[in-house]
Amino acid sequence: MRLGFDPRRDPRKILIWTLVALGGIVMIMPFLFMISTSLKGRGEVYDLRLIPLAPTLENYAYLFRESRFLRWFLNSFAIASISTVSVLFFDSLAGYVLCKYKFKGRQVVFVAILSTLMIPTEMLVIPWYVMSKNLGWLNTYWGIMFPGMITGFGVFLMKQFFETVPDALIDAARIDGLSEFRIFWEVALPLVTPALSALAIFTFLGSWTAFLWPLIVTNSASNYTVPVGLASFSGEFSTEWNMIMTGAAVATIPTLVVFILLQKYIIRGVILSGVKG
Amino acid sequence: MASVTLSNIVKRFDRTEVVHGIDLAISDGEFVVLVGPSGCGKSTTLRMVAGLEDLTSGEIRIGDRVVDRLEPKDRNIAMVFQNYAIYPHMTVHKNIAFGLRMAKLPKAEEEKRVREAAQILGLTDLLDRRPAQLSGGQRQRVAIGRAMVRNPAVFLFDEPLSNLDAQLRAQMRLEIKKLHQTLGTTVIYVTHDQVEAMTLADRIVVMRDGRIEQIGTPTEVYRTPASMFVARFIGSPSMNMIPGRVEAGEIRFDGLPPLQRPGGLESAGGAVFLGVRPDDLKVAADRPAGAFAIEARVEVIEPLGPDTLVYALAGSRELVAKADSKVTLHRGDVVTLVADSGALHVFDAATEQTLRRQEAR
Repeated sequence: MRLGFDPRRDPRKILIWTLVALGGIVMIMPFLFMISTSLKGRGEVYDLRLIPLAPTLENYAYLFRESRFLRWFLNSFAIASISTVSVLFFDSLAGYVLCKYKFKGRQVVFVAILSTLMIPTEMLVIPWYVMSKNLGWLNTYWGIMFPGMITGFGVFLMKQFFETVPDALIDAARIDGLSEFRIFWEVALPLVTPALSALAIFTFLGSWTAFLWPLIVTNSASNYTVPVGLASFSGEFSTEWNMIMTGAAVATIPTLVVFILLQKYIIRGVILSGVKG
Repeated sequence: MASVTLSNIVKRFDRTEVVHGIDLAISDGEFVVLVGPSGCGKSTTLRMVAGLEDLTSGEIRIGDRVVDRLEPKDRNIAMVFQNYAIYPHMTVHKNIAFGLRMAKLPKAEEEKRVREAAQILGLTDLLDRRPAQLSGGQRQRVAIGRAMVRNPAVFLFDEPLSNLDAQLRAQMRLEIKKLHQTLGTTVIYVTHDQVEAMTLADRIVVMRDGRIEQIGTPTEVYRTPASMFVARFIGSPSMNMIPGRVEAGEIRFDGLPPLQRPGGLESAGGAVFLGVRPDDLKVAADRPAGAFAIEARVEVIEPLGPDTLVYALAGSRELVAKADSKVTLHRGDVVTLVADSGALHVFDAATEQTLRRQEAR
């Protein structure tokens, strides 16, 4: 095997590679354990060996036939998709306006939007709940989605990105006769696609894995998202670990697909925003 | 094509006034260059003509129409920007055609105009490329093409050559001049480069701190600068300025022989500056009668080819003069610098305005 370097010449690399490999193993172990557990029968769940003694697909069969997992999966998918489209549109629109238009109070508005990033979800769920209750949004898709339709983080990210679009381009488009919205849509937006991709990934994954708020706002199993549904396998007296792990394994697939298809943009997005979503 | 008239244009950003009441009449087909150091208000003025900045007060007419309240697209203008401002995500063809598409021109007419412009600018083979695949000069040509196809009444150029290297700049300068001669469209051109201003303009407008210092043909501005600022800004190297006092019919200088007061001096006296262009100050073998002459010691010699720039010390004052390249000079030589009395400029030291206008040659 070629290593791409000669270990005798650079022994430091051996150390670095060893550390990286160890880190990789630590990261991947939970995933392997998740898949392993999903293949174990009920009796074997608390046997912690990695390779199941009698691997079986009965958990998967049960998940799709007997539980409402498919429904939860579609709920999650629809909610994550709609939130993502909404965030991409409104956050970039707000970011563009804050970046390219000079108006009184612009800084105040921007700081106000930024300050929303400092409030954790845990503090917001109670006001959200009261609001949803009064407006009749409890146990609805809209109730699950509304807090994530526009995000301060996205507005901030997009505003920073629009700084890279030269003002002269926008002026040129004005002289070419575009309306202000079309300048945004046809000239500015196509130039920030890397940021849009990054934001799309962060938003989709964030919505896909959201737990606390969907748990609070939903009360019927047909409205659950995947994380809430999986949690329902954990009852008062027993937890069906094999089912949780099976559901989690399936729920990981979209995440993996997104990562594999878009890893280039994810890395760039993380570098550019300096933040993990 | 159209004339452009600016009447008492004022621009204020918040509380800072950057353009203080400019009046300028540009005739149909004229090539006018606004020139001045950065921050003099030239770009702001141009952007107000384009409609990209609002006027605080005043009035702009293009042709017979008052355009103050019109959108840029309705002013019948086209603009070329310093950093090209062509759309990076569109091909050259689409860039040039974009404005026409917005104006909902018939497809055939659009295609015809794009082809014509590409032909004139030598872009025909590049129409399918994207801006990233073009050189700086080609990009600027695309920007000019995009402006051309609109058949505007007025072309506005905002420092279009500043991002190009020196050689390309000279070439594009020539192309812009040819283009103006071909199309005959009114042009307003902003630059901080006095060479561009001199070479391109029918008339130059020299601006400083939001005011017009002087308007004139390149020759007028060069030969009869209205103020010390214009005198120094136009021409390279800058005009020599020697401080002195007008006393008893003479101009007296510190450490230099006095100069017979030149005829036609308007003001009685006080502190003045005597100005003489390096081009007019020659290293001479003899001392012609009636000419301004001064002894100086050669410090630095810069051969330019046809002639040589000589930096020489007269007393403690450094002067720049020109010598024929055939004259052999050495550092430390004492030479006589001579200028025709008609080539001298006298400026009031307090107002910095000219006191005596040398006749244009």
